[in-house]
Amino acid sequence: MTKIKLATVWLAGCSGCHMSFLDLDEWLFDLAEKVDVVYSPIADVKEYPEGVDVCLVEGAISNEENLEFIHQVRERTKFLISFGDCAVTANVPAMRNMLGKADHVLRRAYLELGEVTPQFPHEPGIVPELIDRVTPVHEVVPVDLYLPGCPPPAERIRAAIEPLLRGEKPVMEGREMIKFG
Amino acid sequence: MDLKELLTIAAKEEEEAKEICINCCTAAGCNAANAVELKKNLDKAVKAAGLDHKIEVQSVGCMGLCGRGPLVEIDPDNILYEQVKPDQAASIVDAVNGGETTAIQFDMEHPFFAYQFPIVTENSGRIDPERIESYIAVGGYQQLYKVLYEMTRFELINEITVSGLRGRGGAGYPTGLKWGLSAKMPGNQKYVVCNADEGDPGAFMDRSVLESDPHRLIEAMAIAGYAVGANHGYIYVRAEYPLAIKRLNKAIQQAKKYGLLGSQIFQSNFDFKVDIRIGAGAFVCGEETALIASIEGKRGAPHPRPPYPSEVGIWGCPTVINNVETYANIPVILREGGEWFANIGTEKSTGTKVFALTGKVKNSGLIEVPMGMTIREIVEEMGGGATVGSTIKAVQTGGPSGGCIPASKLDTPVDYESLQELGTIMGSGGMIVVDSETNMVDFAKFFMEFCRDESCGKCIPCRAGTVQMYEILQKIAEKRATQADLHILETLAPMVKETSLCGLGQSAPNPVLSTLRFFREEYLELIESSHNGKVPVSAERIDKS
Amino acid sequence: MAVKSIKINGRMVSARAGESILEAAEDAGIHIPRLCHVEGVSDVAACRMCLVKVEGNNKFVPACMTPVEEEMIVETETPKLQEYRRMIVELLFAEGNHVCAVCVVNGNCQLQDLAIEVGMDHSRFEYRFPVRGVDLSHRLFGRDDNRCILCTRCVRVCDEIEGAHVWDVAGRGSKSRIVSGLKEPWGKVDACTECGKCVESCPTGALFFKGSAVGEMERDRDKLKFLITARQKKEWTR
Ligand SMILES: Cc1cc2nc3c(=O)[nH]c(=O)nc-3n(C[C@H](O)[C@H](O)[C@H](O)COP(=O)(O)O)c2cc1C
Ligand code: SF4
Ligand code: SF4
Ligand code: SF4
Repeated sequence: MTKIKLATVWLAGCSGCHMSFLDLDEWLFDLAEKVDVVYSPIADVKEYPEGVDVCLVEGAISNEENLEFIHQVRERTKFLISFGDCAVTANVPAMRNMLGKADHVLRRAYLELGEVTPQFPHEPGIVPELIDRVTPVHEVVPVDLYLPGCPPPAERIRAAIEPLLRGEKPVMEGREMIKFG
Repeated sequence: MDLKELLTIAAKEEEEAKEICINCCTAAGCNAANAVELKKNLDKAVKAAGLDHKIEVQSVGCMGLCGRGPLVEIDPDNILYEQVKPDQAASIVDAVNGGETTAIQFDMEHPFFAYQFPIVTENSGRIDPERIESYIAVGGYQQLYKVLYEMTRFELINEITVSGLRGRGGAGYPTGLKWGLSAKMPGNQKYVVCNADEGDPGAFMDRSVLESDPHRLIEAMAIAGYAVGANHGYIYVRAEYPLAIKRLNKAIQQAKKYGLLGSQIFQSNFDFKVDIRIGAGAFVCGEETALIASIEGKRGAPHPRPPYPSEVGIWGCPTVINNVETYANIPVILREGGEWFANIGTEKSTGTKVFALTGKVKNSGLIEVPMGMTIREIVEEMGGGATVGSTIKAVQTGGPSGGCIPASKLDTPVDYESLQELGTIMGSGGMIVVDSETNMVDFAKFFMEFCRDESCGKCIPCRAGTVQMYEILQKIAEKRATQADLHILETLAPMVKETSLCGLGQSAPNPVLSTLRFFREEYLELIESSHNGKVPVSAERIDKS
Repeated sequence: MAVKSIKINGRMVSARAGESILEAAEDAGIHIPRLCHVEGVSDVAACRMCLVKVEGNNKFVPACMTPVEEEMIVETETPKLQEYRRMIVELLFAEGNHVCAVCVVNGNCQLQDLAIEVGMDHSRFEYRFPVRGVDLSHRLFGRDDNRCILCTRCVRVCDEIEGAHVWDVAGRGSKSRIVSGLKEPWGKVDACTECGKCVESCPTGALFFKGSAVGEMERDRDKLKFLITARQKKEWTR
């Protein structure tokens, strides 16, 4: 049996969803029998591969790099999961939207509140530029499953992934599965 | 005041009338085009020519052809001059005296006038709206006398029912039924309200009646008061109509002075008073329950119906609320009889309708036509077709609550049912001609923006739904949208329609639904040319691969 | 007492005359989703969550403000109603700034509960990210406008139960806001008796007790009910 190609990506989020994923402890061994983790922030793979079956996307779309990357991920992935509140609602990263466009945000953070050497971070090619409006993943590319939670509890992640391994769509219903926060 | 006195005033007016009357429109449209100075110059010119004994210069209300104002009409010769400049006054007076004039004459045989059937506007442009005697001279207040002395409340209501008159404020509810309901409600305190809020963008039918013939409204409200047993009326008029307010105030003062308002009208035991309430121009305050809240001094927000105002209205009392145009029909129905009225128009939509014909049409202005006339006759013959160099694409009726009629369906008759079948409504009478230059997405967006800004904010579907629908339309117009956005628009529109609390939200999606129905290709073109041809991959395609 | 028999979702239910469909359903153990309704104060039918289908009526009616009528046939869970309710909740989330993860009532919020109830796992509508403020001028309470859904529960509870009328609605459409006093900081409004009933009534984290951190705040929802029963039935014990 060919193994399912699983990827996880980390965009604008705190990595808490990935931590919660790791909280699945020994079940991860069971999972490893069925899937190949072909790309993940916790695996040292440089390029997002082609032909990924399932991808868990943590984080909102907040900068140019996220934006470019999510399009690539979408093109190379069959089943895309918005993983956690930042991916589903843009959550905390989007709280900067209320401050206005990117330059307002940068001014506030790096000039007005910069205590020692107030200056804009600017390192083309290294530090990606912020986009004006942080958005959830599905406002940019189509999403196949939403897995909310901040972070989604480990059991919820398992309950969502297990049916997928059997080729079924999980039932996302009830407090255990879809509570935000 | 008794009937004899009333007839004496009428006779005196008649007697004093001069041989020739120069009617100069000073309603808002012509006013804006410097009609006041024109009127002054006409006065001067008549004096200078030494013709005061023979010619009367009268300041009158709307004559309809507002797009070509200022208008001057010569009575009884029935000559109409359009776009008259103040310095042409003397030459017009010359012409009356047999000379030549430089003023442009408009052909009174033109369908714009020939097809009209003035009931509501019968006095508009003929009488001086600021003189009660001028109204009395054309039979004014005689119908009020008649109902007080010759008809019981129920005979009166029956006459209105027989006429088939339906509300002209938008919904088309039978007026006789409405009055009957209120009349049957117990209690001593009832109210009569005239809805003169007229908030549809581009509509000015009601303003024209208010400015041209205010006494007609007062007479009709008193008649309604007698019919349902109310002795207090309110006219709710928007602050944006200062001239209408001024003329209404004047009319109420004059009517009081003559004892046509107040206690024991015509020495009967019927008392009736009218107060004006000025609205701050919120569109939603035209909705009857919001209007009532506003009259009560509360925030103008609608509440669910039932209960309807005819049962529970101002301060919980039964309240008849009708539109200006609805009232304006009443005196004529009583004068000519309900049967007569019922024979005009179509079986289910009797009488006439006043339309404000605007947009990309040659002759814009106010027209009153019998129900059942086709849209084509109105826009192509009366309106003279599209402005030079373009063609008619659609005709929009019902303002922000309505929809559009595509050029292919111009033979639709104007009646409540036919318009509804096409997904639009009669509405209050706005009729906008749209030409090939206009994109229908932009057109829908214009109305959505209006509804978004005018939503009262009470219920969620309208408050938040109009915002979302507007944003999607904006995205489509700016070529940033996908099929998925269109799909969201198409699921949201019916939801807002079916779940909103009041008519504003319930009809806000209409312009979108209607343009989607008849001009879907314009939406699709914009979507297909979005993202410079780079359409994001869709979830469906991936599922199947 | 006159009794009316009605049918809700195919079940015969007897109701008191004058009772609303919502009350009759509640008594019969049939739950109808609602958001702006609070027991004991007047209804406004603003949230549209409790819309139901009544046979013979071509429009949905709000269960909270529609009195039962003999032989009424009511459906509360048609597929269309379920879909519309979910859209309403999505509209609410998209309209404000709801960041449950950092909210005082996370896990104890009626909007959040409703999202679960209607099966909302994401919002198809774009988030608006409006600019709204926070008012911390009151000695005991705070107000975070980002989470206000304009249900006007606070307005009605303060006016009808406490009789203080501190709250009102100002503005129009999506710019409508709840205001205290004459649009003054809450702490400056003398009429406020500091009773806290508005805070208890608020379905979301918009009104809160100062000093509660994320997820810490729990409400005493029964307090209002107790007060109303005390007034109406003269039962003074909890
Ligand atoms: C949002 C909204 C705005 C309205 N505005 C007006 C208005 O400006 N004038 C008017 O006469 N009716 C208006 N109406 C209709 C009134 O609610 C009411 O139906 C009408 O005044 C009844 O009079 P009628 O039976 O004579 O038409 C409006 C309705 C809605 C829902
Ligand atoms: S439909 Fe719109 S205008 Fe009417 S009550 Fe709801 S929010 Fe207010
Ligand atoms: S009020 Fe409720 S829905 Fe809003 S952020 Fe707080 S917990 Fe979430
Ligand atoms: S503050 Fe709370 S109770 Fe008041 S309107 Fe907003 S959400 Fe409702």
